[in-house]
Amino acid sequence: MSGWVARPGRWVVWAIVVFFFVNLAGVVLSVVVDSFGRQWFGTWLPDGFTTHWYADAWREFGLSDVLLTTAIVALVVIAVSVAVGVPAAYALARRSFPGKRLVMLLFVLPILIPPITYGIPLATVLYKFHLAGTTTGVILANLVPSVPFVVLTMTPFIEQIDPKIEAAARMSGARTVSVFTRILGPLLLPGILAASILVLVRTVGMFELTFLTAGPDSTTLVVALYNSVFAAGIRANQSVDAMATIYTASMLVLLLVALRFVNPTQLVTRIREET
Amino acid sequence: MTAVASARPALRHRLAERGIDRTLLLLVPGLLVTACLFLYPFLYGLQLSFAPRQGGIFANYARFFGDPYLRDTIWTTLGIALPATFINVLASIPIAYVMRVRVRGKRLLTTILVVPITLGTVLTAQGLIMYGGPAGWLNKVLTVLGITDEPLPLIHNYTGVLLSLVITGFPFSFLLTLSYLSGIDPSLEKAAATLGANGVQRFRRITLPLLAPGLAITFCLSFVMAFSVFPSAQLVGDPANETRVISIAAYHAAFEEYDYSMGSAVAMLMAVVMLIVIGLVMAWRGTLYRGATGGKG
Repeated sequence: MSGWVARPGRWVVWAIVVFFFVNLAGVVLSVVVDSFGRQWFGTWLPDGFTTHWYADAWREFGLSDVLLTTAIVALVVIAVSVAVGVPAAYALARRSFPGKRLVMLLFVLPILIPPITYGIPLATVLYKFHLAGTTTGVILANLVPSVPFVVLTMTPFIEQIDPKIEAAARMSGARTVSVFTRILGPLLLPGILAASILVLVRTVGMFELTFLTAGPDSTTLVVALYNSVFAAGIRANQSVDAMATIYTASMLVLLLVALRFVNPTQLVTRIREET
Repeated sequence: MTAVASARPALRHRLAERGIDRTLLLLVPGLLVTACLFLYPFLYGLQLSFAPRQGGIFANYARFFGDPYLRDTIWTTLGIALPATFINVLASIPIAYVMRVRVRGKRLLTTILVVPITLGTVLTAQGLIMYGGPAGWLNKVLTVLGITDEPLPLIHNYTGVLLSLVITGFPFSFLLTLSYLSGIDPSLEKAAATLGANGVQRFRRITLPLLAPGLAITFCLSFVMAFSVFPSAQLVGDPANETRVISIAAYHAAFEEYDYSMGSAVAMLMAVVMLIVIGLVMAWRGTLYRGATGGKG
């Protein structure tokens, strides 16, 4: 403990961290408390608690449809990006070929460039093909960052699997199909699981792309939340907050599941491998 | 006949030696998706931006730079994004430096820090409006403590957007900085300590130079995130004046005026400004030490 006294810098650092967390908790709790409050005008706490805003929000914002859309979009995006991304990651991990850097650049760019920048031209193209405003359009838009994300997370994962294992299986007479299903499949499963969860978190939280491409019947939860804030004129703020709480709760559940499988820094980015 | 038969395996063999074989076909679906959904729209947008509704090919760009209401969005955006990025990166360094060794509660801390990233900008904005508003908890505490007499104007202005960018951006840059710092071999610092360097010297002469390239990347990624601020500028900012950022201008042109050509032009300008800033940072990074950091990173 004497180390603590000797280093005042640490106290400053911890004070900043605590200050950040207190305010973060305040931001999140304000929304949660308000969503349960009967009325809240200028006092420390609402003057009574109720859950009827949740029923209101569910009805007003058509949350069952919104949640269904969110689930469909997220699941299809995961399925497609794993199906497309994992083979590509395998090729990148196992082969070095001319133009590999270019291919890597093509996969890094959609992650580096913020969604709103390429989202506007992308939405324009989707409008041209009459796909904007449909669930298909939302799925296509969300694939743009998800496929490269799976490729970039899976490539280092596959690199650390010893190619000799595959070679040994082939020596023992396994065909290509059984090498993939019996040998690589089980070895890749933890990586695929982690990548899927990360894609799930990112897709459910992806505001910009979904916002730019969704129509009235294809909004996901986060876009519905944004729209409800703007349409809040006649609605009670509490039902907006109830929806926000539902969103927070589902994100937190996803997050806790994700953290069982992956390192927190992976949630941020895997750009490090390429730089 | 025999010549063909002997030439074909040889060609396949030669290609295989350079790493080109059937395995590369596995790349095709991924490349196709990225090319169709990313590259094509981007190039289409670029082409569209030079095909304005009226006027010559540069009419959109001329309009953007001629109209102060549009032109100034660049400065507004930089005025929000640069301070936010500097706050996030500079605050990350000391905290990550303390956390780089095994500290009690490190895992819990990194876990809680991931929360704002997943909450996303929409919820953060909504929360800030409640928490930082005139009747919110923050202003109540400040009033009770006697720090302020009147509620501080924290939302629906520049401060609100800056706060929301710090809340969502700080954990991101912290986790990146932490992962770069843990990639530096701790024995380098121990060696410096053995040679008599004190804590400040070790940080300034050993850790910081090794960390700087990583910081440049962290800065770029944080900046890109802050620069594309959209929901928070709309929700917790003052989207008509003080926080009319460039993404709002692009959205407004494309989806409220239905001028896709103009919208694409603004989006392209957004990418250009971003690339200029990243280019400057990377040029600075090029002047730094770029060797091994001695560790796993």
